Amino acid sequence: MTAILLEHPVDLDAEGFFQKPEQWTEEMGVEIARELGITLTDKHWQVINFMRNRYLATGSAPSIRTLGKESGVPIKELYQLFPKGPAKLAAKIGGIPKPHGCI
Amino acid sequence: MSRIVILGAGTAGTIMANRLQRLFSREIKSSKTTITVVDNNPAHLYQPGLLFIPFGDYSPGQLQRPRKEPVNKKVKYISESIDRVASDENRVYLINGTPLDYDVLIVATGTRIAPEETEGLTGPGWREKIFDFYSLDGAMALRNALSTWKGGRLVVDIVDMPIKCPVAPLEFAFLADAFFTKRGMRDKVDITYVTPLDGAFTKATCSKELTHLLTDKNISLVTEFSAGSVDGEKGLLTSWDERQIPFDLLVTIPLHLGAEFVSRSPGLGDDSGFVRTDPQTLQSKVAPNVFAIGDATDVPASKAGSVAHFEAEILEKNVKLFLEGKPLEGRFDGHANCFIETGFNKALLIDFNYQVEPLRGFFPVPHLGPMPLLKESRINHLGKLAFRWVYWNVLLPGHDIPFVGPLMSMRGKTPLGATP
Repeated sequence: MTAILLEHPVDLDAEGFFQKPEQWTEEMGVEIARELGITLTDKHWQVINFMRNRYLATGSAPSIRTLGKESGVPIKELYQLFPKGPAKLAAKIGGIPKPHGCI
Repeated sequence: MSRIVILGAGTAGTIMANRLQRLFSREIKSSKTTITVVDNNPAHLYQPGLLFIPFGDYSPGQLQRPRKEPVNKKVKYISESIDRVASDENRVYLINGTPLDYDVLIVATGTRIAPEETEGLTGPGWREKIFDFYSLDGAMALRNALSTWKGGRLVVDIVDMPIKCPVAPLEFAFLADAFFTKRGMRDKVDITYVTPLDGAFTKATCSKELTHLLTDKNISLVTEFSAGSVDGEKGLLTSWDERQIPFDLLVTIPLHLGAEFVSRSPGLGDDSGFVRTDPQTLQSKVAPNVFAIGDATDVPASKAGSVAHFEAEILEKNVKLFLEGKPLEGRFDGHANCFIETGFNKALLIDFNYQVEPLRGFFPVPHLGPMPLLKESRINHLGKLAFRWVYWNVLLPGHDIPFVGPLMSMRGKTPLGATP
């Protein structure tokens, strides 16, 4: 479905994940995070950027374990930054499709 | 000359080998086509049977056959481990260094449990008060523990998704309820079901329709709990966001990963070692002549035998088209079909795909059944038990099951909320 975010049309799935990462901007990330009740800090951006870059490079989003090992933020802290679902929330805010592993 | 190599002789690999052997029987006879299967496991385990082992219902001997036995004898079978796939060379390297060239490669190496990935899980208490039932050893150890258990807090926990047969942990909780009831000690056991998902089922419809089963059976539900560590000595399960659940007996469904060689094969898998695969054509994303099937893929379908069976029909078509140089036409829709044991000789049956949530109706014949969908019944339980015969005699040989097509049928099915 097409939604309007900050006056731009974007393609989202039923749960609000971007279908076309190229439509995303950092400002949109801030807006999505705000709707989720999260104020983004540098630490958040470190995770979001890692997540997004890995997706754009490999075509699949990193798992929570990879985030913990390679993003520079340990898993426990990831859960503090993105309560309940770090991989899912970082993907949503970072404008990439919903990670697998949710089936 | 076409060389087809299949990695893995589990459910998916065996079905594919047998189907392709039939499809290309003439070409194999005239040596124009070869099919080679690589697998180093000694036994083929009927995995749906694992669920029943802890409750004393099957013996290990009833569930295993030699790995090679269900694979057609005209298929070349190599018992060896795989080192890696070099898709740029169209070649598989075995662990002993032997190269194996292919024109088409099918990866069917499934998924494995990795309990060592969760802190403390395999530490003190492992296989004494902490068990899995996704391995034969684990299921047997759990059987011994349950046979003498005096009661207490039983916690069933899914560490992370995806897992094989996503409904099995829930079935375990239902069967445990029945087991302790029959032993007259249900009042001495608290059962808690803990999941990283936001509901008991992976499908929203099922959670909505079937969560009452947990309440009816007095099973507590904890959702959105991602297990971070286990302390066997204290009997504590702790989540990443530092919630704690005490247990006397923990039944864990450990993290699942793809086969180890996938991570050693450039570009083949994702972070967890699942093969990056087109969900419709089952072609891998690493190279056009590499395909994947069953639990080994990253497609958003259930990791279940029924899915492998349905995928096989689609993949057979696509492998043939690929070898003829034609565009792929087979399109898998994510069709899955699962029995859910609910205890006391009853079971549910659900049927769904990538897009369509489970519906009410009858299976396999619209309106007639005999098996009702999304509803507890005795005949579904008998269907589940009969399935062991179907598995060895129909499914693995790669035959089609009468009335059951690879794509989900909507005939005679009612969306929930609509009048039947």
